Amino acid sequence: MTEQLHQVTLTVNGVTRRGAVPARRLLADFLRRDLALTGTHLGCEHGVCGACTVLLDGVPVRSCLLFAVSADGHEVTTVEGCCQTSGDLGPVQQAFLECHGLQCGFCTPGFITTITAYLEENPKPTEEEAREAIGGNLCRCTGYQNIVAAVLRAAELKREREAPHA
Amino acid sequence: MKPPPVVYHGPDTLEEAVRLLAEHGAEAKVLAGGQSLVPMLNMRLTAPRRLVDVNRLDELAYVRSDRHGVRVGALARHADVERATHAFETVPLLRQAVRTVAHPTIRNRGTTVGSLVHADPAGEMPAVLALLDGEVLLRSERDGERTVAAADFFVGPMESACREDEVAVEAYFPRPAGRTGTDWRELSRRSGDYALCGVGTLVRVDDAGAVVAARAAYIAMGSVPQVVDLTEAAADGDWSAAAESAADQLDPEDDIHASAEYRRHLARVLTARSLKASYEAVAP
Ligand SMILES: Cc1cc2nc3c(=O)[nH]c(=O)nc-3n(C[C@H](O)[C@H](O)[C@H](O)COP(=O)(O)OP(=O)(O)OC[C@H]3O[C@@H](n4cnc5c(N)ncnc54)[C@H](O)[C@@H]3O)c2cc1C
Ligand code: FES
Ligand code: FES
Repeated sequence: MTEQLHQVTLTVNGVTRRGAVPARRLLADFLRRDLALTGTHLGCEHGVCGACTVLLDGVPVRSCLLFAVSADGHEVTTVEGCCQTSGDLGPVQQAFLECHGLQCGFCTPGFITTITAYLEENPKPTEEEAREAIGGNLCRCTGYQNIVAAVLRAAELKREREAPHA
Repeated sequence: MKPPPVVYHGPDTLEEAVRLLAEHGAEAKVLAGGQSLVPMLNMRLTAPRRLVDVNRLDELAYVRSDRHGVRVGALARHADVERATHAFETVPLLRQAVRTVAHPTIRNRGTTVGSLVHADPAGEMPAVLALLDGEVLLRSERDGERTVAAADFFVGPMESACREDEVAVEAYFPRPAGRTGTDWRELSRRSGDYALCGVGTLVRVDDAGAVVAARAAYIAMGSVPQVVDLTEAAADGDWSAAAESAADQLDPEDDIHASAEYRRHLARVLTARSLKASYEAVAP
């Protein structure tokens, strides 16, 4: 069967991107294959591991459970977009670096996107809340302690950077 | 894995969605939040010829409350239901239960109405609808609109009364009458996982604090939500005895996650705690 292609236009990390995709192309695969944004990782492909998490109109969603054609017209932020406008590391990325929040790095993109959105909603989480915030993301390497520390450090960095006198 | 080839329809209006299903219902599936359907497509457990994506039907992205209850449109995400303060004030059980559906990221996309149609025996929202005697509004070209009561809506595991030519348009969660407290609790292996056993309770008291009605609804304890009337068993406020009576009326099955006996034990423990919490929420 030759599959019908659908024209889609998305804003990815602030840039307008177009593509022609079969209906079954997952957003994750659209990002990785069509746009060569390989920061978004696919682990389980059924919603459980969280590695593929991206922001859809600012809200974390699983890009393995969303078709690119459904995301037509929307804004997507991937881990590549979680940096500063200068290209330097964003607060969450910086915190992961400082706190050793990653080892193999496979899970990291999903954590970075999830935490980036979370800190917008809750800029000053407690340790308990930080743990809860990452409850939907699996990491097989770190044991999570350093990721929890990174959430708290990221909140700190973000506050410092956003403070009016900084 | 990747999903199989499929023909995609992205209607902009409910009319169009209903018309597409009238034409293609037998070989089409409605795509709402995709948080249950897409995993099944990815694992190739299902392979519909067509998808009718309802995510552009903005007219159905609502959570509305009045003094009688809460109406949840088909495009309201679990997260919208969780956040809506008016819905929490009208029917607190909605927020109490929806918070235990999966993880926040899944709730950002998954719809409450979709989880009703999906009718997973371990799904929280079917039990909430059943406990409150709610209903689902369905629409098709053939029959126009029809309303199905919760008691008739959940037919079997992963099977609801929503026909293949129908769109589930709205769910209605009535506000319990009188002075009624509610509670939701469950046990799962990790936070956000499907529960091994979950229970919602409601307890109505009179002005003197005497129990005049008590009910419990269970998930993962049968092929559909199990609703048990505990008014008599809980009349004198002996929650353990009421929980014992509830557990006796349940007939859970063994599966890879838990044995039937363990599930019954959980039902006993959770029911006693839940009834107490419901009662204390409204006791004078
Ligand atoms: C990791 C993970 C954990 C989860 N944990 C839980 C949990 O603990 N508890 C829980 O309850 N759920 C859980 N879910 C499922 C989640 O709640 C889904 O959102 C929900 O079951 C289905 O809603 P949806 O909008 O995603 O529907 P979809 O996946 O789009 O559709 C599900 C089914 O319903 C049909 N359908 C959907 N909407 C309509 C409509 N309006 N009219 C007609 N048919 C329709 C579809 O055709 C399909 O057959 C989990 C999901 C994941 C991925
Ligand atoms: S790849 Fe999407 S959640 Fe695992
Ligand atoms: S760093 Fe290896 S899986 Fe998380």
